[in-house]
Amino acid sequence: MRALAVIALIALAVLAPGAALADEHEAVQGTITDPDGEPLADLTITANRDGAEVGSDTTDEEGEWEIELPEPGSYDVELDLDTLPEGLAPREVGGEVLSGVEVDEGQQRTLIFQIVPEDEQEDPATEPEEPAEEEEAPPEGAETDSDTGVPGETETDLETPVPPQHAPFHERLAQVLLNGLQYGGIIAIAAVGLSLVFGTTRLINFAHGELVTFGAIVAFFVNAAAAGPGLHLILAIVVAVIAGALLGGGLDRGLWRPLRMRRTGRINMFIISIGLALFLRHLLLVIYGSRPNSYAEYQIQSTISLGWAEITPRDLTILVVSVIVLFAVALMLQRTRIGTAIRAVSDNRDLAASSGINVNYVILVVWMLAGGLSAFGGVMFGLTEVVSWDMGFKLLLLMFAGIILGGLGSAYGAMVGSFVVGIVAHLSTLWFPPELWNAWALLVLIVVLIVRPQGILGRKERVG
Amino acid sequence: MSDRNNATAALADVAAEPGVAKPDPILVADNVQRSFGGLHAVDVDHLEMQRGAITALIGPNGAGKTTLFNVLTGFDRGGSGDWRFEGKKMSRLPAHRVAHRGMVRTFQLTKALSRLTVLENLQLGATEQRGEEMFASVVRPLWRRQEREIIERADELLARFRLDHLRDEFAGTLSGGQRKLLELARALMVRPRMLMLDEPMAGVNPALTQSLLEHITDLRDEGTTICFVEHDMDMVMGTSDWVVCLAEGQVIAEGPPQAIGSNPAVIDAYLGKQHGAPPAEELTS
Amino acid sequence: MDYSSILTSGVYGALGPVAIGYVLAAIGLNIHFGYTGLLNFGQVAFMLVGAYGVAISVSTFGLSMWVGVLVGILAAAVLALILGIPALRLRSDYLAISTIAAGEVLRLFYRSSVAEPLTGGVYGLQRFGDELLDLNPVPPGIYEVGPLAFTARDVWLMSVGWGLVALVVIVVYLLIHSPWGRVIRAIREDEEAARSLGKNVYAYKLQSLVLGGVIGALGGMVFTIHQQSAHPDGFDPVVTFFLYTMLVLGGAGRVLGPVLGGLLFWFLMLSFDAFLRELMATGYIPPEILVPSDVGALRLALVGLGLLLLMAFRPQGILGNRREMVLDVR
Ligand SMILES: Nc1ncnc2c1ncn2[C@@H]1O[C@H](COP(=O)(O)OP(=O)(O)OP(=O)(O)O)[C@@H](O)[C@H]1O
Ligand SMILES: [Mg+2]
Repeated sequence: MRALAVIALIALAVLAPGAALADEHEAVQGTITDPDGEPLADLTITANRDGAEVGSDTTDEEGEWEIELPEPGSYDVELDLDTLPEGLAPREVGGEVLSGVEVDEGQQRTLIFQIVPEDEQEDPATEPEEPAEEEEAPPEGAETDSDTGVPGETETDLETPVPPQHAPFHERLAQVLLNGLQYGGIIAIAAVGLSLVFGTTRLINFAHGELVTFGAIVAFFVNAAAAGPGLHLILAIVVAVIAGALLGGGLDRGLWRPLRMRRTGRINMFIISIGLALFLRHLLLVIYGSRPNSYAEYQIQSTISLGWAEITPRDLTILVVSVIVLFAVALMLQRTRIGTAIRAVSDNRDLAASSGINVNYVILVVWMLAGGLSAFGGVMFGLTEVVSWDMGFKLLLLMFAGIILGGLGSAYGAMVGSFVVGIVAHLSTLWFPPELWNAWALLVLIVVLIVRPQGILGRKERVG
Repeated sequence: MSDRNNATAALADVAAEPGVAKPDPILVADNVQRSFGGLHAVDVDHLEMQRGAITALIGPNGAGKTTLFNVLTGFDRGGSGDWRFEGKKMSRLPAHRVAHRGMVRTFQLTKALSRLTVLENLQLGATEQRGEEMFASVVRPLWRRQEREIIERADELLARFRLDHLRDEFAGTLSGGQRKLLELARALMVRPRMLMLDEPMAGVNPALTQSLLEHITDLRDEGTTICFVEHDMDMVMGTSDWVVCLAEGQVIAEGPPQAIGSNPAVIDAYLGKQHGAPPAEELTS
Repeated sequence: MDYSSILTSGVYGALGPVAIGYVLAAIGLNIHFGYTGLLNFGQVAFMLVGAYGVAISVSTFGLSMWVGVLVGILAAAVLALILGIPALRLRSDYLAISTIAAGEVLRLFYRSSVAEPLTGGVYGLQRFGDELLDLNPVPPGIYEVGPLAFTARDVWLMSVGWGLVALVVIVVYLLIHSPWGRVIRAIREDEEAARSLGKNVYAYKLQSLVLGGVIGALGGMVFTIHQQSAHPDGFDPVVTFFLYTMLVLGGAGRVLGPVLGGLLFWFLMLSFDAFLRELMATGYIPPEILVPSDVGALRLALVGLGLLLLMAFRPQGILGNRREMVLDVR
């Protein structure tokens, strides 16, 4: 199968020389993975020439990086050690710099930074020096990575979740759909709270992303921080969810309820939430720092195959757990007293109040629920990627896309919409550069709003 | 106040049955429909309104009166059907074009432009303003004269509606009844040929109601056609030349005011409502 | 403790080209949000296309900077139309989110490898403002005003920038105090009412979006020309949040609101910055608590807190009046 695909690609290259010639820029590129072959994201690599920087890039979720070069020549390429997660190091001391990399005209040269656990690092000073490992990019045509931007396979990474470019289309599709489902599940968990808050209070809460970050960071401190107690991740999740619920409840009691009592306008509240978001986010930055970190457990796993697609047990667990949690939320909304009350308040607050529902209590519960769920989503998100101070903000627009696609204020709509967003984002990588995947999800939001201004499941408002 | 005006006289020989033709209709509507999900909020086969007359639109809560207004005036573009205003097709026209054609509406829930002054509210009503074009607006001499004329007309209307002492207040500070007056005066600035008033008297105190009613009949006498929604049967009787009763979206009866009160279909529609759920009045504002 | 240096940092910040660019963008936003009631959260996108209009024209295509300025203005107008034609039909909250999303899509696109041949991707574009600098009539030297010192280049750029601000303010004043301004203010209050009076609300909103967007583009141009460098990540959503903070601080729906708000905002930001650094340098804040690299983050946290408190306690800003604010039903 694989051989066939390679032959097909070579044939394509022969048949379409124009296409091959069109792409003549020089570049250095590569994929950085940890010792177990898991991609390492957010590492910074810079290319220098005669001591002056000519370009830099940061590895994406797939550990890939690429730096375009102005012209053929000799370059020094350096991996920024500060961006490397704790406990990892280049195989050799000084191996973060590959100096004198020669790049020929039109060549895209693949470079490899080998990463090993810190205690396995070799010091070339004590051993005979070896040239840094490098690998020439395969000739044009068979070289697929840089053309499509779709993560490809190199000799070192065996377990990238995204299938190699030359896998059959249906396998790539299945893989991408699976990844999209998982991403969508995380967005959905985080977004349900946002949607419930909007439903009950009509507040568009721009600070919701910070609830997500907060949860992820609390779990990190409890689980993996040097000064923390080092609890197991499961316990850390419990702590994070409780802390998230308390923060959500605290924000309602301390800020939003007083504002509601003063009859602050909707748009004013919206802008207040932006202020709150800026405040919380940068406070988290000061406390947590700008360096991304990972949890102690489940960082590195080998994949299991599900027929056409493959997934790590960790990601599979995340997917299953998100679906279960979403079902639990739906059940709660449908079957429990408080769930019914939440729906009643969302439907018509005044009517709910006049029929004896304690609206403020319901809203407090919603906020706590939102805080807890977002914290949980945050940990899931941190598990699949890394924990960073702005992770929630990165997710925020996608959450908005999800709840708007679903029609603002409908919890079920938010779930459906979030899955759509997650899948669209990953689907786009089949055809477009992965760096643009979130852009595609947002674009879908805009397009849907053009076609159906009230969202997929939303209702029009009445006039007059 | 029966036969004192021409409109009532003109309608004297018209049969009191739903969808009946009028001698000089200004508005003719056919097959006007609007549904929300499964609910047929409006489903009017044929309806005509007489030029120069005051037509009252009555019907229980939720009958579809406001929705019919919304569809006819272009505010709700989700409806279907054909209607002509002054002989010209008006279906599917956007709301602002409807207003330009001379059919101007007010709203059940008054829409005062709160942070504009009362005078500005009225000034806004004037159409064909040169200064409302973006590029012309920066060149004051282009519109200064027209603006003066508009202010003059606005002041006349303010005096007529006894709002002149509030001229420079923000409209948002007005009382509910004053807002109703303001909204009517503002609509008149458009120089409408037909006014569609959605519950113009709701929430207005009795003294003010009387003067509002007088304004409405005066307008009719000056030649403006008026259609208004009203729940208070006394006011309907006292003011209108013709009454159309809507129930569940359909025209179930129409006729001169004296006849409508005893119409069995109308009584059914209202009583049927009262037998069922508690009066919905509190729920709608 | 060197108070005068703290204050001068603030004054430099308030008068400098970055502040000018933001003030212009906030004036544009004031037309959208303050007068028309459009919750545009993608104002930064207009700054982006304005800045890159100049940058791409000059750096990528070698055209004159003045052509670039026209291109930037045109690009902003086109963006306003593309964005506005669908989005202006949306409810205000949907509009807010779709505009912020559009801004992000644009930024992500400009920094992507796909657009790199045009935009320079993540590296951005440099050196496209020479033409303006070459026009500098101010004789070289250092110009001192009290404790402040400006280079000839600063004096020139600041005069051009504030001159532009003054011009724009006058135009906005004329627009707002005209029947056109009355219509857009009416739309802010209640667009259905405006429609019932025969106003083509949609067209007015589009005009407002284009106008404010073009002014935003001018803002984007001013500070990138000053920096001689356009970089996509300088145009992230936080910029729009700054603009709202400036606007609310000065008073939304006041002609001079964004100017006053902008001056104050940058003054406070930069003097706070200098103040913190001074505290650290003099050892009042030990390095265990804060390190200098935290200052940037703290400054932003403060902006957030400021916006929150302002909106909660004085939503009318400095220039607004309380009575009017009470009537704000939104
Ligand atoms: N936007 C909407 N979405 C769903 N249903 C609607 C909408 N607008 C109106 N309806 C329904 O259509 C029906 C007619 O409503 P409408 O407002 O026209 O009644 P009305 O005759 O004006 O009542 P009232 O006398 O109380 O003002 C009602 O059942 C109402 O619930
Ligand atoms: Mg009604």
